Amino acid sequence: MIRRKLEENFFRVLMVLATIAVAGSFFLIVGTIFYKGVPFMNWDMITKIPGGGFYIGKEGGVLNAIIGSLYVAGGATILGLLVSIPVAIYINMYLSGKNFIVNSLRIIFDVLFGIPSIVYGAFGFLIMVYFGIRASLLGGILAVTLLVIPILVRTLDEVIRTVPRELRDASLSLGATRWEMSKVILRQIRPGIFTAILLSFGRGIGDVASVLFTAGFSDNIPTSLHQPAATLPLAIFFQLGSPVEEVQGRAYASALILTIVVLIITVLSSVLSKRFSKNSI
Amino acid sequence: MTNNPHISVQHLNVNIGDNPILKDITINIPNKKVISIIGPSGCGKTTLLKSFNRLLDDTADVKITGKVLVDGEDIYDPKAEVTHIRKKMGLLSQRPYPLPMSIYDNVAYGPRIHGTRKKADLDEIVETQLKATGLWNEVKDRLHAPATRLSIGQQQRLCLARGLAVEPEIILGDESTSALDPVSTSIIEDLFIKLKEKYTIVLVTHILRQARRVSDYIIFVYMGKVIEFGLTEELLLNPQEELTKEYVKGFIS
Repeated sequence: MIRRKLEENFFRVLMVLATIAVAGSFFLIVGTIFYKGVPFMNWDMITKIPGGGFYIGKEGGVLNAIIGSLYVAGGATILGLLVSIPVAIYINMYLSGKNFIVNSLRIIFDVLFGIPSIVYGAFGFLIMVYFGIRASLLGGILAVTLLVIPILVRTLDEVIRTVPRELRDASLSLGATRWEMSKVILRQIRPGIFTAILLSFGRGIGDVASVLFTAGFSDNIPTSLHQPAATLPLAIFFQLGSPVEEVQGRAYASALILTIVVLIITVLSSVLSKRFSKNSI
Repeated sequence: MTNNPHISVQHLNVNIGDNPILKDITINIPNKKVISIIGPSGCGKTTLLKSFNRLLDDTADVKITGKVLVDGEDIYDPKAEVTHIRKKMGLLSQRPYPLPMSIYDNVAYGPRIHGTRKKADLDEIVETQLKATGLWNEVKDRLHAPATRLSIGQQQRLCLARGLAVEPEIILGDESTSALDPVSTSIIEDLFIKLKEKYTIVLVTHILRQARRVSDYIIFVYMGKVIEFGLTEELLLNPQEELTKEYVKGFIS
């Protein structure tokens, strides 16, 4: 009896400690960024592009990187959805019953999911060299799209699999075609689609390796797909490497901006997800 | 049994993987009657029901041989139009699964996909079918509320209305009252009795009392085979087969 009680307490304490460690590191990370970034945070940072001498501590901001990152992550998420929704619908609604093919495809997506982003970056870069495309917003969007497609497919796949079989039977029984049934299922999983968007956008906006060679870097806000685009992670990377204290501080301010952008996206998608779940069963 | 069967099953075999689920089923389902399929769990009654509107098509490793004729047309003919076959039958599953949309849109869904677009027509269909299932007075003021706000019993009647809205000939019920409270159950049972004037109704049930109350005929299925098929009272009170006798007395379940 005592042994069982000890065991129970021992493992409970372990779990509590692990939870505290994880939750604590969240506050530690966010706290550090705030602590180091807030002193260098000012209106200029988010409303101005780098001026002459920005990287040696003179005036300017990282608006170029904010806009660049939103373009890259947003563009990649939209492109990614255009590919992933049909894939997820196809493997679940059209290939259902063909377990061998479906399972093989899922393994492929899992492998793609696990490929490090630098590989997507390198692959994207090779393709661009082959077609003679320079480092540009387009290149960055395409490389990040490759990166987020497996995330989107896998998330949507999981969400679709939670839809009860009977809901599909219900619409089929009314004489719906597979596509009409799929539209019902898409309605049902709308909250899940927002979760997928959040994951994909979060991954896309924070990734350095995939945009390193493909998007390039520019102090200007890109006005066309063929111009190079700055991204926040790269801006942080460059500024952190500077010996100038002012510039290093701005790296933390940029990290703060990145975190806040992700936070806004998270809250937004969770609100939208709730809003659209009212009709779901 | 009858000269004019609505559904005629001929030598139907269903295998899933190496498992025979249904073995050489041959039965004729008469027109505009209530037929209950009874039998112990796992005997294949739901599979038999789903074979009538080809809902087994997507099951992994399924192999179906034999014929199922609906109005004389073989639904497993490769040339048969599956949406057309399914439109002839309304399905009422174990638990209600309203579509993720409003009450109105649930009923209007079927007619819409089959080409009814005019709002006046849809309004009329929705009202007619909600009245047919006794829901109209309960929901007429909140037709555009999500269907999920209704109680489970109301949802099941909504699902019935949704099925009726595509003007089927046959209603398939798969233990349709098993998730419902006694009051909702008896409302649904009464609806079945009322609806047999216009529809052929095939119900899977494990409740003998229910089979007795609502059905004209009973099919007793055991281990994938049809053991006995007959008029309700005859089969329950005077079963011809030993297995049926044992099941009716409650020895096998």
